[in-house]
Amino acid sequence: MNPSPGPGRGAALRENRGDPSTALGERQGGDLALYIHWPFCVSKCPYCDFNSHVRAGVDEDRWRAALLSDMAHEATSLPGRRLTSIFFGGGTPSLMPPATVAALIAAAERHWGFAPDIEITLEANPSSVEAARFADLGAAGINRVSLGLQSLDDDALAFLGRAHGVAEGLAALETAQAAFARVNFDLIYALPGQSLAAWQAMLTHAIGLGTGHLSLYQLTIEPGTRFATLAAQGKLVPADPDHAADLFEATRALTTAAGLPAYEVSNHARPGEESRHNLTYWRQGDYAGIGPGAHGRRHGHATIRHRKPENWLAAMDRNAHGIAEDDILTPEARATEALLMGLRLAEGIDPAAIAARTGIATARLVDAAAVARLETLGLVAQRRDRLIVTEAGMLLLDAILPQVVAIG
Amino acid sequence: MSKASTPLDRIRNFSIIAHIDHGKSTLADRLIQRTGGLTDREMSAQVLDNMDIEKERGITIKAQTVRLNYRAKDGLDYELSLMDTPGHVDFAYEVSRSLAACEGALLVVDAAQGVEAQTLANVYQSIEHDHEIVPVINKIDLPAAEPDKVKKEIEDIIGISAEDAVLASAKSGIGIDEVLEAIVTRIPPPKGDREAPLKAMLVDSWYDPYLGVVILVRVVEGVLRKGQEIKFMATGTRHLVDRVGCMRPKIEQLTELAAGEIGFITAQIKEVSQTAVGDTITDAKKPTAEALPGFKTVQPVVFCGLFPVDAADFEKLRDSLYKLRLNDASFSFEAESSAALGFGFRCGFLGLLHLEIIQERLTREYDLDLITTAPSVVYKIQLAHGKGELDLHNPADMPDVMQIASIDEPWIEATIYVPDEYLGSLLKLCQDRRGIQKNLTYVSGRAQITYELPLNEVVFDFYDRLKSISRGYASFDYHQIGYREGDLVKMSIMVNAEPVDALSMIVHRSTAETRGRGMCERLKDLIPRHLFKIPVQAAIGGKVIARETIAAMRKDVTAKCYGGDASRKRKLLDKQKEGKKRMREYGSVQIPQEAFIAALRMGDEG
Repeated sequence: MNPSPGPGRGAALRENRGDPSTALGERQGGDLALYIHWPFCVSKCPYCDFNSHVRAGVDEDRWRAALLSDMAHEATSLPGRRLTSIFFGGGTPSLMPPATVAALIAAAERHWGFAPDIEITLEANPSSVEAARFADLGAAGINRVSLGLQSLDDDALAFLGRAHGVAEGLAALETAQAAFARVNFDLIYALPGQSLAAWQAMLTHAIGLGTGHLSLYQLTIEPGTRFATLAAQGKLVPADPDHAADLFEATRALTTAAGLPAYEVSNHARPGEESRHNLTYWRQGDYAGIGPGAHGRRHGHATIRHRKPENWLAAMDRNAHGIAEDDILTPEARATEALLMGLRLAEGIDPAAIAARTGIATARLVDAAAVARLETLGLVAQRRDRLIVTEAGMLLLDAILPQVVAIG
Repeated sequence: MSKASTPLDRIRNFSIIAHIDHGKSTLADRLIQRTGGLTDREMSAQVLDNMDIEKERGITIKAQTVRLNYRAKDGLDYELSLMDTPGHVDFAYEVSRSLAACEGALLVVDAAQGVEAQTLANVYQSIEHDHEIVPVINKIDLPAAEPDKVKKEIEDIIGISAEDAVLASAKSGIGIDEVLEAIVTRIPPPKGDREAPLKAMLVDSWYDPYLGVVILVRVVEGVLRKGQEIKFMATGTRHLVDRVGCMRPKIEQLTELAAGEIGFITAQIKEVSQTAVGDTITDAKKPTAEALPGFKTVQPVVFCGLFPVDAADFEKLRDSLYKLRLNDASFSFEAESSAALGFGFRCGFLGLLHLEIIQERLTREYDLDLITTAPSVVYKIQLAHGKGELDLHNPADMPDVMQIASIDEPWIEATIYVPDEYLGSLLKLCQDRRGIQKNLTYVSGRAQITYELPLNEVVFDFYDRLKSISRGYASFDYHQIGYREGDLVKMSIMVNAEPVDALSMIVHRSTAETRGRGMCERLKDLIPRHLFKIPVQAAIGGKVIARETIAAMRKDVTAKCYGGDASRKRKLLDKQKEGKKRMREYGSVQIPQEAFIAALRMGDEG
């Protein structure tokens, strides 16, 4: 499953293009996001390179206790902060016992306290079994779900190795929409052989389902997945990049027309429905990450938990925290991340703000000559204090970044 | 220290002529083994070919000798010197000197393959040296062996009697004694007055890390002794002989080498470039009146640029070239700089194989990652207004057309052997390369063609095309036949309207368009798409003769990037920036070095 965004009621993302001065502040004082990783799945999907594992049985009590301890460790490192979002990602966190979810949410509130409009998201599989738990998860405090619908076509779902069918997925979506205030779902497109017309039809259907947020990912063949093996064997031929570009442009056109414009490369939302949690990543806010393989960014440190569930559990027993690596990020590294992550957003970045935060002069941050060159190509633009990658540029972001980012 | 020299009538000096793979080295090994030069344990396969490249390619680069002691059926002991000659036309001069040191040759022909063109060239040279040639039909135990057919071929094609050809299988040890007897009975002993002043030929030389420069000599008259002061007649230098010996193939020191004998000397010489192959060695105090005939200085005929992929390796490349030159005076180099490729060297070689050998040795033995520019030949430019002649080694140095009266290019005469079924394609290839057919004969299912060809058409992938057309069955041999005027032009390649110096080349006007189109098409595939569209053009002067366009890139974006991906993205960016260092920029187009390497690679233009 994908750790994916969804709408947050209070995520105060204003249309930034009109007035950059009110654009999503770079970071508010004591705000903090919390990521909780549940690493287990019933089966591993052929495209997925996330830290997910299939295990015969999970000792639920032990896992709850361990996650609570890992969170307590983060709380001691981050006193006096206020949580603006919690995200349960995986793996398949909809397989977690609702009681565990409830216990973790309660503990988080005890450690830090919640912002009044806190967004608490959980990734869920759109199966009937899991849909049956949605009410309990809602009662546990989840106010947003992100459903791994992935497609509205049964053949595509089979190709993607998903256990659910379209009918089951749509039923789960309906249940979710009833149980939670905000719902997002993911679709994977630009599958081999997918035509422009077929994708437009599916997306139109998806938009009609009425969620305030959509995560629309082009299929990426990630190393170390079954798809990568098939591609290497020539049994899977990824979509032609030019065709994929056509699909991307069609996606932007349809979602914009429907009032869910892209606010990030693959994420679309009605204004105000953006994922507050994921915005923290893209805007370089602080976040704590607990559970196997979870990443954190706090006090200029980058933390990574042990990836393998057993190793993480063993570390918990040994150290009472699951941290495998704790690196101090140099100002250059922090500034680089701010550019790499921030330029994914339609709102772009405020170089002066990043300069102020990292102590690195804007001239060292951004290659002005490259910006000028890319501006003439219409791929980037400077809007008052902000530097943005344009609609046309977003499809080429990975080629643009090495040119624009001067440091590193 | 060993005994003094052997009487002339007990000496036999011979070489082995054979096509690659026809078993020359195996036969040499058997002869060494049979005469006790090495124990079985010491015999590693193919003792004579010292270098890895020689072993792999089956080509001898440096002349080698082995002295064998053989008690013949007449009950007498003979001293046989086997001279292993360089086996490629690039080293034709060295071959001629090696052959000049012998009185006879074994002509080894594969019983299944028959006579090959390359063999012929050496046979003719051998005949020119008045050698007694003993045919040896090898691999007679192969199921496909047809010794009678091969005998007839030898008689038909070469015109020497094959009636008494020795039938052998070096691999299985069949006929080895017969070969040794034939050497003794059929090859004449050397002549030479041992009382006359010293006259010896410098056959070859190489650098040995322990001994310094080792010189292979054939004494023609007089005696060469340890402690003697000698003089190189062509180079004019004097040296004190500090070692005299022979190879068995292990080094054996001797007190002297007398007329008729082949052996080596060392004389505290530090660089091979101080020795010239074919030079006459004489006694400094009592010199001979006349030098040996046939000496000439060798000139490089094929040039290319060698550049380190990593600019930091420039000094290492320079040192490595110096070291290689210690052992091979026939290649030259001088510093060169290119906007595309940075600092490197313009190097001259005896031919394409020589180029490849040096390139491979630099890569393997010196661990260098190199870019080789398209090989070119030496053009003679007649300057306008009678301002003289200019040797052009590098297309980048070509003067403005207004200053050029005419351009001469080197031509070769090529002899090609090819099975009948490929003849049509082969003739077309030669015609396409501006060839002039001189001769065409058929012998038992195969054609022998003689063509005159411009060398610049040959250095450009001719050999590879030849091999692919004939599925490897054609063989090819050439020698230079002088310079001729040609309608030659400099073709520039422009990427995004900016010329790329490393890709410019001198071509015949008639082939410019084809070559230009080929290069543009290739670059179109090699240069990655950019954020804008890129024209790739071939031009002569200001006139564009071929054009391709690289479409703008449309999509390059990571679909998913969340908290856990920040570090990974940062590392990816570092990698991209590192990759950028291996790019060269032309008209704001980043061209990866790999693209240059691939565009310049010889031999794969269709």
